[in-house]
Amino acid sequence: MKRVRSNDAANPVLIFWIIAGLVGFCLLPWYGIEDFFQFEWLTDGYPFDDDYAPGAFLIAQGQKLWLAPFLVPLLMPLLVLRRAKTDPIYSKILILAGALGFGWLIIQGFSIGIRGWNFSWMEAAFGELDDRQFGMGYGALICASSFLFIFTQGIAARGAINGDVFVVSSIGGVVVIVTAFVFFPIAKMLTAAFITQDGGYSLAVFASKFFDDRLWGLGCLSGGRCGVAWNSLFLAVMVGFLTTVLGLFFALIVTRSGFRYKKVLRALTVLPVITPPFVIGLALILLFGLSGTVTVFFADLFGVQPTRWLYGLPGVLIAQTLAFTPIAFLVLIGVVEGVSPSMEEAAQTLRASKWQVFKTVSLPLMRPGLANAFLLGFIESMADFGNPLVLGGNFDVLSTEIFFAIVGAQYDQGKAAVLAMVLLSFTLGAFYAQRFWLGKKSYTTVSGKGDSGVHPHMPSALSVPVLMIALGWAAFTIVVYLMIFYGSVVELWGVNNTLTLKHYGTAFSVRFDDEGIRWTGAAWNSFWTTLQIAGIAAPLTAIVGLITAYLLTRQTFAGKNAFEFGTMLSFAIPGTVIGVSYILAFNVPPIEITGTGIILVVSFIFRNMPVGVRAGIASMSQLDKSLDESSLTLGANSWQTFRRVILPLLRPAILAALVYSFVRAMTAISAVIFLVSAEYDMATSYIIGRVENNDYGLAIAYSTTLIFVMLSVVLAMQLIVGRINIGRRAANGSGEKT
Amino acid sequence: MKTNTKIRVTFGATALALMTATNAAYADKLTFYCSAQEDWCQLMANSFQDATGIEVAMTRKSSGETFAQIKAESSNPRGDVWWGGTGDPHLQAAEEGLTAEYISPMREQLHPWAISQAESADNKTIGIYSGALGFGYNSDLLAANGLSTPACWKDLLKPEFKGHVQMANPNSSGTAYTTLATMVQLFGEDDGFDFMAGLHANINQYTKSGSAPIKAAGRGENTIGIVFLHDAVKQAVSGFPVEPVAPCEGTGYEIGSMSIIDGARNMDSAKAFYDWALSTDAQNLALQVNAFQVPSNMNAETSPSAPDMSQIKLIDYDFRTYGSSETRQRLLKKWDDEVSILPQ
Repeated sequence: MKRVRSNDAANPVLIFWIIAGLVGFCLLPWYGIEDFFQFEWLTDGYPFDDDYAPGAFLIAQGQKLWLAPFLVPLLMPLLVLRRAKTDPIYSKILILAGALGFGWLIIQGFSIGIRGWNFSWMEAAFGELDDRQFGMGYGALICASSFLFIFTQGIAARGAINGDVFVVSSIGGVVVIVTAFVFFPIAKMLTAAFITQDGGYSLAVFASKFFDDRLWGLGCLSGGRCGVAWNSLFLAVMVGFLTTVLGLFFALIVTRSGFRYKKVLRALTVLPVITPPFVIGLALILLFGLSGTVTVFFADLFGVQPTRWLYGLPGVLIAQTLAFTPIAFLVLIGVVEGVSPSMEEAAQTLRASKWQVFKTVSLPLMRPGLANAFLLGFIESMADFGNPLVLGGNFDVLSTEIFFAIVGAQYDQGKAAVLAMVLLSFTLGAFYAQRFWLGKKSYTTVSGKGDSGVHPHMPSALSVPVLMIALGWAAFTIVVYLMIFYGSVVELWGVNNTLTLKHYGTAFSVRFDDEGIRWTGAAWNSFWTTLQIAGIAAPLTAIVGLITAYLLTRQTFAGKNAFEFGTMLSFAIPGTVIGVSYILAFNVPPIEITGTGIILVVSFIFRNMPVGVRAGIASMSQLDKSLDESSLTLGANSWQTFRRVILPLLRPAILAALVYSFVRAMTAISAVIFLVSAEYDMATSYIIGRVENNDYGLAIAYSTTLIFVMLSVVLAMQLIVGRINIGRRAANGSGEKT
Repeated sequence: MKTNTKIRVTFGATALALMTATNAAYADKLTFYCSAQEDWCQLMANSFQDATGIEVAMTRKSSGETFAQIKAESSNPRGDVWWGGTGDPHLQAAEEGLTAEYISPMREQLHPWAISQAESADNKTIGIYSGALGFGYNSDLLAANGLSTPACWKDLLKPEFKGHVQMANPNSSGTAYTTLATMVQLFGEDDGFDFMAGLHANINQYTKSGSAPIKAAGRGENTIGIVFLHDAVKQAVSGFPVEPVAPCEGTGYEIGSMSIIDGARNMDSAKAFYDWALSTDAQNLALQVNAFQVPSNMNAETSPSAPDMSQIKLIDYDFRTYGSSETRQRLLKKWDDEVSILPQ
């Protein structure tokens, strides 16, 4: 997009989108094509073949006549090309054209599906339609963008946000994609809960599924079994509590003790983030299962019968606490460091004992951090899929029940939808509880004034037990990870402990022959797919996240709060729910992307976007607004300011978002398991298949490899971040993206 | 075309990455849903690709998962052929019209049970292998706990086995549903459910997947697993201390099946695969991956380690009745309401 130089000449941005719309309608295939980018369709009957024809060619041949109305909004903007932006006609025509085009696109997309009319009342009203349409393709996508941005230009021309086309268009774009890929699937899934066997809608169906004893039963109070909802809730609260406490202990040791090996502790925190989800569960089985190393050792020592105590609540609880404590630590370390030492010093000067200072000053000031850490642990536990699957025994939780409602022999999408609603209401409820608990008190302690104090050490009555527990836990984590590595190099764990590299060979063997390298290992296929998908998703996530962050920190507009809620919502939605809602929403036109790589990329973008937004907000609020203002005063528009001034200063945040979304895309399982297909199989779903097949050696070898791959990516990224921090002073402001 | 270049630049990032490096133009394709074990699926996919040059995209999911997927995609099918997995979901898919009718020229080479499977589903599915139900135990654990060796179904009800038996949940696993249906046919419906209730008291966990109980037994995480015998044999051959048992009262069996998905996008490839999968060459591949089921082609080889079907007392399993979704839902509901809620 270029800057508008004068109001009299035709607006180049407008011309661009008019042309784009026409290209989308007249040149590109309107409907989706398999293997679009192999361009076979170009020589295979394009542009007259039904499957490959652009919209214009379809109408010209008298087919799909419901596409004809698009010509009006496509051509309408040409009327105002010579008019000034300030002319009220200009904005009116553009708004009308954009709204008409976009609105009609949605209406026709939802009305006509692969079996003609989608709704029976339409068939009743308009008679039977002897035609059908498939999912939209690139032609439709370009047209949709064209309508959207013509609409936003009209809005901007009316004077919204100072007539800033870039900002209005960004808001429009973000709103549309979040609606399409977060709200639409969730809404679609919620309606599935009300659908009866023969396709009608009924509240009774929902009620019978919702008030099921299996969901809410309280049998465990009287020795039986409790409903899944209570199981999940109880587990999530326990995990939230334990991870917060342990995370706080680690944070206290790192900031407020004389402990020497702080760096080792910090390094430990990276590990679980880059660990594929069920690996910890496997290691726990190999240690504490009925025939686990530790179990057998103690059984022999005390002469007791080994038991299956691990399977069920204890196992899941241990595995999740191991996995999520570092996340709590990462949240808490910032907060614990952020409590201004001057407050604590003031209390000490007033003769408070160390213990009093900690209890009445430090701890209350950490409240937001504690609440955040608890919330994260709670949500992660609710959404966790791998550990309950491996260790759950008869302790069923919502996330696995949702999975088996969909894939089980009963195949009950409605039940899955109801369970997903319960899960979603728990996580959203936790969000609101957290806000309520924090209230409107101020926890700000860092002001612009100099603050040179040092954090006091913990009182020793506290530091000794804290150190003991934290070190014990750290040692446990190390043992678990050593076990994981050991498990990947033995023949058959527990039966034959000969050292071998054969599992790595099976997974990653290569052969050299005349045609070059042949990737013969069983894991290569899913490995490359995973790298590819994660590699595409990461930059897109960062872009969407940072643009959203920019809008939230730097612009004010009506409905900003709702906008913020919408963009953060996907964070509170567990992956299983995303997975279910995506197959329900995107297996049928108008957006038909199940079975493609696109659906994986899209799911990762919207799963991980909130973190990009948060990272962007955090660093953008550190950049003084005067930088933007001086850029704007010097005549740049907001797009140039964003690209030339803000983006280069944001590189650390960009890289953080990149690393996070890359790593999450490689380790995610809960949503992915629903979305993988023959062509696009991901590493995690492949590994879980091996686990199911009792092939622990291969599963663990693959996971270990993934851990090392991600470790090197994270380290490489950190090196780059470091260099850029220095480079920033060299006043080198070239505006490369990502 | 200049405009096209522009679009390509706009979507360059996505385009480049989505483009596959090797681009075999106009190759025939086959989307292959596989519900057997992973290595067998891989081998079938690769061998078929080598034999015909048709490019195969394979997904392995359990038969329940695959059934769910085919049903979800029924308005817009993506798979072409579905191979492997217990016969019930195949029969159910046939009943719901999710799969297509096809009579293969290879049919005359098949065992009668494979053909009767096809006939009970209007030729919408066919038998590719069969396996008998039974159980397996971990001999180390059995000895360590001082337990007697079980030989019959009724032995599993003994109080000494409390907490030692594992089976899958019939709601999520075809194997476990076969167990339930077998008990109903073997002992009659009332006694069959009494048996399931008695067994429930000894069960330590209902797993989600059908073969998980014997895998757990292999790793020493469980003593006795109720599974198909070929799964138990496989664990024994892999080096785990597992002993398979064909129960003395007689037992049910499964017929692993294959179906072509209705409305398949590559119908010709699907039929080519179907014919190929019934050939001796294709069925002999099972031996390479330690799959000990009995192949449906009469001329295919059987492994010496495989359970000898002639030595096993097989009941006359009524696939049509017990594979129908009506009976299935009734039995599952009854099990849910009368067995699964009992205290353990």
